[in-house]
Amino acid sequence: MIECHGLTKQYGRLRAVDDLSFRVQPGEVLGFLGPNGAGKTTTMRIVAGFLPPTSGRALVCGFDIESQGTEAKRRLGYLPEGAPSYPEMTPRSFLEFVAAARGMRPEKRRQRLDEIYALLHLERVLEQTIDTLSKGYKRRVGLAQAILHDPEVLILDEPTDGLDPNQKHEVRELIRRMAPNKIIVISTHLLEEVEAVCNRAIIIARGKILADDTPHGLEARSRFHNAVSLKLAKPDQVAAARKAIEGLKEVESTEVDSNTGRITAFPARGKLPLAAINSLADTQRWELAELHLESGRLDEVFRSVTGGATA
Amino acid sequence: MSSVAAIFRRELASYFATPIAYVFIVIFLVAASWLTFSFGSFYERGQADLNSFFTWHPWLFLILVPALSMRLWAEERKSGSIELLLTLPIEIWQAVLGKFLAAWAFTAIAIALTFPIWITVNYLGDPDNGIIFAAYIGSILTAGGYLAVGSLVSAVTKNQVIAFVISLMASFVLLLAGFEPVLNVLAGLPQVFVDAIASLGFLTHFQSISKGVIDVRDLVYFALLMGACLYANTIVLQLKKAD
Repeated sequence: MIECHGLTKQYGRLRAVDDLSFRVQPGEVLGFLGPNGAGKTTTMRIVAGFLPPTSGRALVCGFDIESQGTEAKRRLGYLPEGAPSYPEMTPRSFLEFVAAARGMRPEKRRQRLDEIYALLHLERVLEQTIDTLSKGYKRRVGLAQAILHDPEVLILDEPTDGLDPNQKHEVRELIRRMAPNKIIVISTHLLEEVEAVCNRAIIIARGKILADDTPHGLEARSRFHNAVSLKLAKPDQVAAARKAIEGLKEVESTEVDSNTGRITAFPARGKLPLAAINSLADTQRWELAELHLESGRLDEVFRSVTGGATA
Repeated sequence: MSSVAAIFRRELASYFATPIAYVFIVIFLVAASWLTFSFGSFYERGQADLNSFFTWHPWLFLILVPALSMRLWAEERKSGSIELLLTLPIEIWQAVLGKFLAAWAFTAIAIALTFPIWITVNYLGDPDNGIIFAAYIGSILTAGGYLAVGSLVSAVTKNQVIAFVISLMASFVLLLAGFEPVLNVLAGLPQVFVDAIASLGFLTHFQSISKGVIDVRDLVYFALLMGACLYANTIVLQLKKAD
């Protein structure tokens, strides 16, 4: 378990992290969301034991990261922002170094490293120096280093940054596979990543937690949640259709995209307008090109929660 | 201790994975021999000893060692690998010690590679090899002293040029403290002060060891100097890991 109690980090006059408290349980994959400079990286650095907090404390598996740092770090795998490593080393020598520094016994080391090479598809580049590797491979070397000792807690700062879509998919698959018996915290600014791998999301801005919910729970906060969007085959019917839809008691308001002619009907509080709109379309004999139910848009929730904050 | 060993091996290997090792060794060997044979008048003195060789070491190290030590922590900071290193389950002092020992072992290798001059002097005459051995020890200890100072300075900044200049200045002060012309200038002061200042200098202790007497006081001096610098190094890293 990760427990944070009142974590605060002050840089001169800037309060990067402001009285953060949260717990993460095994099996949870927590996505840390926030605009740039929100305090995501600072929080992760504190929990990983790199930065001491100005006040408050963080516990990893019951060990205080400051006073029992070595014990806590044994149980923790950490991918720092930008996946730094030693550019003059090869992935093989680098990962062997990390395994040795973590005190892994040589016979166990060899077997585990072979597994890791296969898991992250590193076999092809093992003897190449890290500075000649592509961004995707560098990131995978960083991930390999973090999961090498099969830690109970994984903290990954932007694990898919700079990866192509296939590599992103692979890394997310890997995270999903490890998820059931670990605690995983990832930071990202990709909302689709939260939907893809996380079962909990915390939105922070200016060092404070603004929302802490499941991705579904966050989507439900969107005004698009349960909204219905439709497109008519005949554009000249749009104005009349909009008027008819606005007349339904299940509908609060509508919007029309002037480029595509798509009508979006927002539900009245607690109502589900899909059935009503569907039967309206039947009786009015509209020719529908598209009709679907919106589940809610994370990006819109993110923007409204953070208030468009950039700092 | 296995973590110190892991860091030591990684660091030492990294010197040889980059041109640093070869450039350093070649420049050190060329400069040391040139100084010995030209300014040191190795042949003209007509004596079977290596005084004209060892006398230059503290001055050579003054330039070369800061060039080696400037990257110790500054580079880790700059590339961000410090974040990786210090989130491994190791104590900061273990990382400091591992990196320092690797740098020191590397300079010891460079110093040991001057062995042809030892063979030469043995071929030409009949030197006191005990004194030569002691002088080698003195030279390695002096290099260690410079390295400890440089490692500390390197932890303070992420700019390698600044690290180089400051370590050079700090080492220069430590060198001059035991340099006779400087001590002569200070001759007006009470003898206790002059002795105290001289005892802080590298030269005093290096010269005393290279006379062939390995005095406990000289060993204690180097041990204290290195210990204090590395301790301060650990504190500095603890205080400002991320800046």
